[in-house]
Amino acid sequence: MSTYNFDYLDELEAEAIHILREVAGQFEKPALLFSGGKDSITLVRLAEKAFRPGKFPFPLVHIDTGHNFEETITYRDQMVERIGEKLIIGSVQESIDQGKVVEQTGKNASRNALQTVTLLDTIAKYQFDACIGGARRDEEKARAKERIFSVRDEFGQWDPKRQRPELWNIYNGKIHKGENIRVFPISNWTELDVWNYIRREKIDLPSIYFSHERDCITRNGQLMAASPFLNMDDEDVVERKQVRFRTVGDMSCTAAVESDATLIDDIISEISDSKISERGARLDDKVSEAAMEDRKKGGYF
Amino acid sequence: MNILKFFTAGSVDDGKSTLIGRLLYDTDSILADQLEALQSSNRKNDDGTIDLAILTDGLRAEREQGITIDVAYKYFQTEKRKFIIADTPGHIQYTRNMVTGASTANLAIILIDARNGVVEQTIRHSYIVSLLGIKHVVVCINKMDMVDYSETAYNAIIEKYKVLAQQLKLADVTYIPVSALKGDNIVQTSQNMDWYEGESLLHFLEKVDTDNLDKSQLARMPVQWVVRPQTEELHDYRGYAGRVLSGTFNLNDKVTVLPSGASSTIEKIEFFDQAPAAAHAGQSVIIHLKDDVDISRGDTIVNASALPQESKLIEADLCWMDTRALDTSIMYNIQHNSKITRCKISEILHKVDINTLEKHAAEEFKLNDIGRVIIKTADALAFDLYDDNRANGSAILVDTRTNLTVGALMFRAAVE
Repeated sequence: MSTYNFDYLDELEAEAIHILREVAGQFEKPALLFSGGKDSITLVRLAEKAFRPGKFPFPLVHIDTGHNFEETITYRDQMVERIGEKLIIGSVQESIDQGKVVEQTGKNASRNALQTVTLLDTIAKYQFDACIGGARRDEEKARAKERIFSVRDEFGQWDPKRQRPELWNIYNGKIHKGENIRVFPISNWTELDVWNYIRREKIDLPSIYFSHERDCITRNGQLMAASPFLNMDDEDVVERKQVRFRTVGDMSCTAAVESDATLIDDIISEISDSKISERGARLDDKVSEAAMEDRKKGGYF
Repeated sequence: MNILKFFTAGSVDDGKSTLIGRLLYDTDSILADQLEALQSSNRKNDDGTIDLAILTDGLRAEREQGITIDVAYKYFQTEKRKFIIADTPGHIQYTRNMVTGASTANLAIILIDARNGVVEQTIRHSYIVSLLGIKHVVVCINKMDMVDYSETAYNAIIEKYKVLAQQLKLADVTYIPVSALKGDNIVQTSQNMDWYEGESLLHFLEKVDTDNLDKSQLARMPVQWVVRPQTEELHDYRGYAGRVLSGTFNLNDKVTVLPSGASSTIEKIEFFDQAPAAAHAGQSVIIHLKDDVDISRGDTIVNASALPQESKLIEADLCWMDTRALDTSIMYNIQHNSKITRCKISEILHKVDINTLEKHAAEEFKLNDIGRVIIKTADALAFDLYDDNRANGSAILVDTRTNLTVGALMFRAAVE
């Protein structure tokens, strides 16, 4: 018996590759939901490991709120160019223009909730039967109970009480017409695991993950990037801060943290010492204790 | 650093959620905003301290009812290891959740309330652990603070449990007296039980041998996907992608492809930009064979010197997981790794009363029932016995009317 070094990152990676290949084998029209965030960037690397030298058996799909960090879009386009895979963009602005959703008003207005409609429309338009996402179970307690293959009904809803048992490493991808499955290959990874993997694999990330100077305002005790997408008034004081972002989302709901971390090593030690979990930097989860559960039931990622 | 996946079954009253909460809390795995949410919650212990159980109660329905109704996965790590906890409810109506949580674990924590000793649910939980073939068992005698940290009480309980462990053929059992509420022997060795010479729970979990390095000779890789770039420069490229379930494949190994029975030799093993000389259990790789054999998803590549069983008639333990009872007159789909075929349950041999371990004849199989059946499949399956090779000895049943996963199967014998 030869010995071999198979550490925790290898094991998480092998599991995720197995899941991605199950998606390829079990579904007709899968898609990979790509947000430009580190988790979906990690998924792209895992897909390369699962399918190269072949093509991905799915396109990347970006649900674009229109309120993006410019750096994310630049990164996205360069990455798509490098890997030579297809990108489909679902536009929240289009959903607004078509009158399918109404822009929120008020000081805390965000397009984050509107994404759900655009996502469901995009799924319907391209008839995707499986959507791969980068959610992790350590993010939030509703997610802690979600399956790796998670069934959504025709309305995109997740029903926590009707989840299928998921045993061993066998994933049941059978669905009825109109339903689809959300697949979470990095369910068992933690935020720190993702960062350690990014370091090990030397994966490039959008620059907003690293410390930079930016005009910010303080909202509900959190630092927000000053931008035309934020409804600001006279009470808002713009300050120049040294910040970075721990997640990449809509500019109007993704909070920054003050940080001098310019290298991945700095970020990893920052997270290891940190006393705020990653989702704590998202305003939209703070609304109520059951916020995530409600949004997932409504078809959110 | 590697991963230990463990499973805990217990009822609210055993302090299971408190135990997990304590592990997370004492290993600094709770972050400030989660702690803030905890403190602002109105659930407190009698003495006003934080109720750690809230950490593991995920869904609103559960918070309202104060029970755990599903499998929740929790993560923490220490310097030595990453841990994945499958946390499941312990009541009999959640047997299917326990079976689900146990299926991926290589260690089980059984909780016993020191005031009550070995009770019906201890038998039930231990039975599930033995059924699912979990290798290591840690029996935590909890609430030792409620019995004055008494060594006599502890010894009486473990003597009783040893009888059960023998009956269930649980080979590797470790006993630890703890108080999850007070933190005794969870992370730190307790000052209140000088008579206990063993390790704390966490210390034990950090060093117990994991099954990550599979030493079996049964090299198995179900083919999930055939990689065929069909580009000009890779015109003849044909790689079989899959995850090695067990054993090791080396370059030049003679292999057999099932179900066709075709033989070939391993020409190349690929992992992204690497070409390793061997592929081991757990690794997701691409295998190339020397001969041009017809292989597609659902086939299994195995080493030619240790073939699995092949049969269309299999004796198996079944746990029923659906509210709609088993119907022996209809066909189900059976999913065994990447292979899906039709099947019928042709005979119910017996059911097990999991509170008493008694076997009895049965006509029907309902939600949470466990017993022995004979299953007849449309295509032959290439499988190993569950106790020899968990990954290739298990399967699920899918109801083709609802697409729900309705049964968990552990293969026990090929029927001649």
